[in-house]
Amino acid sequence: MLRAPKQPLIYLPVTLSEITGPSIARERIDPKACDLTRQHGGEPLGERIVVSGRVIDEDGRPIAHSLLEIWQANSAGRYAHRWDQHDAPLDPNFAGVGHTMTDEEGRYRFVSIRPGAYPWKNDYNSWRPAHIHFSLFGPAFATRLVTQMYFPGDPLLAFDPIFNCTADESARQRLISVFDWETTTPGHSLGFRFDLVLSGREATPMEAPQGQR
Amino acid sequence: MSRHATTSQTVGPFFTLGLEWLCGEDFARGDVPGERVVISGKVLDGEGLAVPDALLEIWQANEHGRYAHPEGTQDKPLDAGFLGFGRVATEDNGHFRFGTIKPGRVPAPDGKLQAPHLVVSVFCRGLLRRLVTRIYFPGEASNAEDFALSRVEESRRQTLIAKPTSQPDAFEWNVILQGAGETVFFDIGL
Repeated sequence: MLRAPKQPLIYLPVTLSEITGPSIARERIDPKACDLTRQHGGEPLGERIVVSGRVIDEDGRPIAHSLLEIWQANSAGRYAHRWDQHDAPLDPNFAGVGHTMTDEEGRYRFVSIRPGAYPWKNDYNSWRPAHIHFSLFGPAFATRLVTQMYFPGDPLLAFDPIFNCTADESARQRLISVFDWETTTPGHSLGFRFDLVLSGREATPMEAPQGQR
Repeated sequence: MSRHATTSQTVGPFFTLGLEWLCGEDFARGDVPGERVVISGKVLDGEGLAVPDALLEIWQANEHGRYAHPEGTQDKPLDAGFLGFGRVATEDNGHFRFGTIKPGRVPAPDGKLQAPHLVVSVFCRGLLRRLVTRIYFPGEASNAEDFALSRVEESRRQTLIAKPTSQPDAFEWNVILQGAGETVFFDIGL
């Protein structure tokens, strides 16, 4: 796949264009979109999970009122996408799509089902570990992040070229959610905690003199 | 800085599932004031093949050069109803198209004004992280002294400037991910 640029990136100090960014209005957020198990007539098949956490910046400040979007395969490892040809059943009760907004403290919470692993044609007998795609805006164009959340103890992680694209071992470990008793709901769902840290905000002084920028 | 930033991972092939709800070809719906422009083009890979699964996100100021954001504290009018954000996915043939208004000039760190531009994120399978680029408009005198354009060697600057078409309000701008005519992508220090 010949998609990565060959030329070096050109360094550009951030300008007003990069330290500002879209604020998706609260009115656009569908309050039902954070529960992926209740978007259809029936319940999806699979192990119910609660995925929650906090979004903060590199100084630990909460990223409040910011949009998070997620998408994932169903419990059989199949995406409800026209290009996914994996021979596993679709679930009419699961689209695998959600969004929500962080609260004042940067917290978010999704209810979903645990996605299945799935094979991909990258290589012979290669399988992607279970994961959930995350998309976050944060306060600026500079803080935009798209990443993937993994599950603890997944034996496929060691073999996954996508997970291992993140070269730094500790950075890789931070992409793995943590099983969490506190958000595990008795009789209903297992809790996984996934905290995210957005970079780029240090370039965005929160108080600028009026009229200077 | 005490926390380590979460690293980027590829958007993968199925992102339209999660991201399509904010896709739309008209970023300035209704009576948003400003000069209407249509920008269309294609995303090509290093072999010149169409990329049918790329996503572009655009961020821009309004016609006065003000961003709809708390940091945009310049004393210029905000246009209610204009978010300044748009998201489009490429079609199977690698093409995309969107309509918006031409942004005004925004301040640069050097104290001058930047030339009118849109900032762009490009996401697609095969990229570990997004690519950051810009779209400028042809025939703008201010392009000659723009803060970002002036950092780019002259032979590559045209990759950031949309081309005029036979229609005065329509422009062509392509993303060449790799190889001859490769689009300039910026490192914004992240």
